[in-house]
Amino acid sequence: MSAYTADEMMAVEAARRLDDDTVCFVGIGLPSLAANLARRTHAPRCVLVYESGTIGSKPDELPLSIGDGELAETADAVVTVPEMFAYWLQGGRIDVGFLGAAQIDRHGNLNSTVIGDYDRPSVRLPGGGGAPEIALGVRDVFVMLRQTPRAFVDELDFTTSLGDRVRVVVTDLGVLEPRNGELTLTQLHPGVVAERAREATGWDLRIADDVRETATPSGDELRALRSLRTKGDA
Amino acid sequence: MALACLSDAVRDLVRDGDTVALEGFTHLIPHAAGHELIRQGRRDLTLVRMTPDVVYDQMIGMGCARKLVFSWGGNPGVGSLHRLRDAVEHGWPHQLELEEHSHAGMAAAYAAGAANLPFGVLRGYRGGDLPARTRVATVTCPFTGEELAAVPAHRPDVGIVHAQRSDRHGNVQLWGILGVQKEVVLASRRTIATVEEAVDELTPVPGAVVLPAWVLDAVCVEPGGARPSYAHGYYDRDNNFYREWDSISRDRDAFRAWMDEHVLATVTTA
Repeated sequence: MSAYTADEMMAVEAARRLDDDTVCFVGIGLPSLAANLARRTHAPRCVLVYESGTIGSKPDELPLSIGDGELAETADAVVTVPEMFAYWLQGGRIDVGFLGAAQIDRHGNLNSTVIGDYDRPSVRLPGGGGAPEIALGVRDVFVMLRQTPRAFVDELDFTTSLGDRVRVVVTDLGVLEPRNGELTLTQLHPGVVAERAREATGWDLRIADDVRETATPSGDELRALRSLRTKGDA
Repeated sequence: MALACLSDAVRDLVRDGDTVALEGFTHLIPHAAGHELIRQGRRDLTLVRMTPDVVYDQMIGMGCARKLVFSWGGNPGVGSLHRLRDAVEHGWPHQLELEEHSHAGMAAAYAAGAANLPFGVLRGYRGGDLPARTRVATVTCPFTGEELAAVPAHRPDVGIVHAQRSDRHGNVQLWGILGVQKEVVLASRRTIATVEEAVDELTPVPGAVVLPAWVLDAVCVEPGGARPSYAHGYYDRDNNFYREWDSISRDRDAFRAWMDEHVLATVTTA
């Protein structure tokens, strides 16, 4: 059980930061993996909210889309999309919101809209979806993003959502947290040196004086993580 | 209202140049109706949808759309919509105008349309680069002075949804993830619902919504009409197809060949 992937390290570290009874707005992929891992381990009462309108989902298998049937079947309540965004998100009922992106800057602002010029993009990305209002409507924003110079950029091509409430960025190399108004490296995952995190960052990355090593995923964490499989996978 | 044939409903209710919203938030996506629009060769449509996924990728790639109004244009859990990207990045098969919103903005715009209000109001669109690129304005609360975002109401010419079932009179019942199905029907001038089956009586289902027959212009029985999306209680989402669509849609020729075989060469069943 000692070997684990970078994605598993990310999911485990993000899950550790979710407390029991946290109400958590979850997206698909790594955030869904992390939130379900928390629910399966130390935070069984963590409330998973998916933007399709399911509140308190408890899926046995991970959904591929945010609207898979199992999310509704296992939910405490299913509400419409206008209600989700108006009453629950804007209503201030959500503690933690997970966001991903194609690009992040040192202030936690995110781009999930375009690479290049908006009118003539080199890559048209899916767009903001729920992100602009999640970024300002939840108490704490958690970002999960693999750390590369293409993703961690000095200047965003487009600002989709603001970084005001970004509290933590979990990457495949470590953890960044805002210190004095700038994302600062506060943790390195086992086996990663600070220089590698610097090289993977498009700005001059600050390293916290008290930077520490992330705890290695435990056997229990990895077993719980690997018991979660995505629906439809062989 | 008598139950209708889908091809007749599309012929009678959808015109070239219309603003058309086919809704369904990952659930109950009206694929069969989208395919009928493609077969009938509708052009210059303004397509409205929170989450344009595979069916809008198909309509855009087949040249039905002039403009897309949306908030998230991807293949959920898989990646990009390659036909949408090709249209935006390379103008194939022709240029596509975008009007981009956030989910919260789109939801507020549909709710405003259903309520016959000129705009929806929300605490959103603050900061960032999107407000300069879309139709959003600021209104001041007359009571507190707070500045809020205003989005113009969605009032589609045609709203199209899929649902689980109807009765013989055309009252439509749906349940599970409801998305903006009710809002789009009540916001639209003309409406079509496709359903899995027609039953004698709509027995109560937890969490279900009923759209009375008199708010719908056509109700068409189309079993499997949401596939590869799903109909809660009838069939599951075909996640493998969403994965396969990634490779089918990457290549223009492979896309056209797939559409020829699976959409253009088929007819509606009802």
